Amino acid sequence: MSETRIIDACNTYCPGPLMELITYMKQAKVGDTLELLSTDSGTADDVPEWINKVGHEMVSSEKIGEVWHIKVRKSK
Amino acid sequence: MRILVVGGGTGGTIVANNLARRLATEIRAGKARITMLSASDQHMYQPGLLYVAFGQMMPDELYRDEASLLETSIKFHVDPVEQFELDQNRVRTKSGKTYDYDILVIATGSRTMSRKIPGLEEGAETFYTEKGAVKMFKNLRNFQGGKVAIVVGVPHKCPIAPVEATFALHDYFKGRGIRDKVEIKYHYPINRIHSIENVAIWAKPEFDRMGIKYETLFNVDEVDVENKVVKSMEGSEYKYDMLVSIPEHHGMEVIEKNELGQNGWIPTDRYQLTMEGHDNVYVVGDTTNLPVSKTGSAAHFEAEVIAENISSIVKIGTPVTDYDGKVYCFIEAGRDKATYAMFNYLNPPDLRAANKPMHWFKMSYNKMYWTSVRGLL
Repeated sequence: MSETRIIDACNTYCPGPLMELITYMKQAKVGDTLELLSTDSGTADDVPEWINKVGHEMVSSEKIGEVWHIKVRKSK
Repeated sequence: MRILVVGGGTGGTIVANNLARRLATEIRAGKARITMLSASDQHMYQPGLLYVAFGQMMPDELYRDEASLLETSIKFHVDPVEQFELDQNRVRTKSGKTYDYDILVIATGSRTMSRKIPGLEEGAETFYTEKGAVKMFKNLRNFQGGKVAIVVGVPHKCPIAPVEATFALHDYFKGRGIRDKVEIKYHYPINRIHSIENVAIWAKPEFDRMGIKYETLFNVDEVDVENKVVKSMEGSEYKYDMLVSIPEHHGMEVIEKNELGQNGWIPTDRYQLTMEGHDNVYVVGDTTNLPVSKTGSAAHFEAEVIAENISSIVKIGTPVTDYDGKVYCFIEAGRDKATYAMFNYLNPPDLRAANKPMHWFKMSYNKMYWTSVRGLL
């Protein structure tokens, strides 16, 4: 059964939001959704670039207050 | 108050020593007791492994007897924990003994997981173990030219290590007079050459100046050892003559087996450093799942907060401070220059140009570590 997991990477500089997402993507099962929370504005561009290159699925990306909520799904 | 520290690395040792001094009166009066359980009687200065890999330190310089680093009031046992019974405030050890506690500090650290990537263990050099660092140096000594690839697993201990190793490779081959016969190519998992933006901004022109090639968005998927090709999840590949790996890390097996955290990382409150759902269990250093660097530095600053809070709980019944995410990392920029990155949850690092005094400070720190881990520095 697929799960949704929230990754709170707000206010972190190292290893940073995309590195956190890669860490949790490795732990996830195919079909799982990961929601990355980030206060780094670059994340909104960085995550889709990696997701598209590696072949997972972008679900949504929106900024709520000061926090980016980026949902992706593990596809392979 | 029975305080049990599980793990005798940087974080566990600093917590125990700091507490022993803060609670000296209570310990003498029999009102507090500190016990440490470790898997080894030896303490390794892990950052020294990078120097071993380049022939600048000998392995025996990296070790001290753990007992010699601890305050005499700390009860130290080499008896690794096998079962955590958190609901009973008790652990069971390999020898079959049980230890009850009022407050538990878990400081078990992390381990390399090269074997997760097919071919990586056999095909790559890595300096994250003593054996690996010595082997890497011997192979570097014999290397006469060709393509050297650096690849980086996620997550990994010491996020600065990939750039430090790359600068060191450049200077090592330059020192041997064969830099023009070596192509160095750095591969990094995200879309810039370091996770900290200011480090990436600083390192990129340095790489360009040194003629170091780089590829970003490269997460190692497989190593074809026979044909010496490393392949990425993103679909690219590189043919190498020597492969240097910063391996993926997990927390320790005992954490996974006891189901305290996925991949051995324990869910931890980022300010109080307590295990989620267990207010009397503290987690320090690599063992946490916090989105901060897995470094001795982070472990050190976390350990100071934990010791201050446990001490204040004993004295006045409440914690008094929070961890602010502080990390201080030296960055060796070759054989004779260094800079540093200092940051916390709210403030990014502001990097300065690498210079010789900072390198000598780092070389001094390699010796001062033994004072630091005693909790004196």
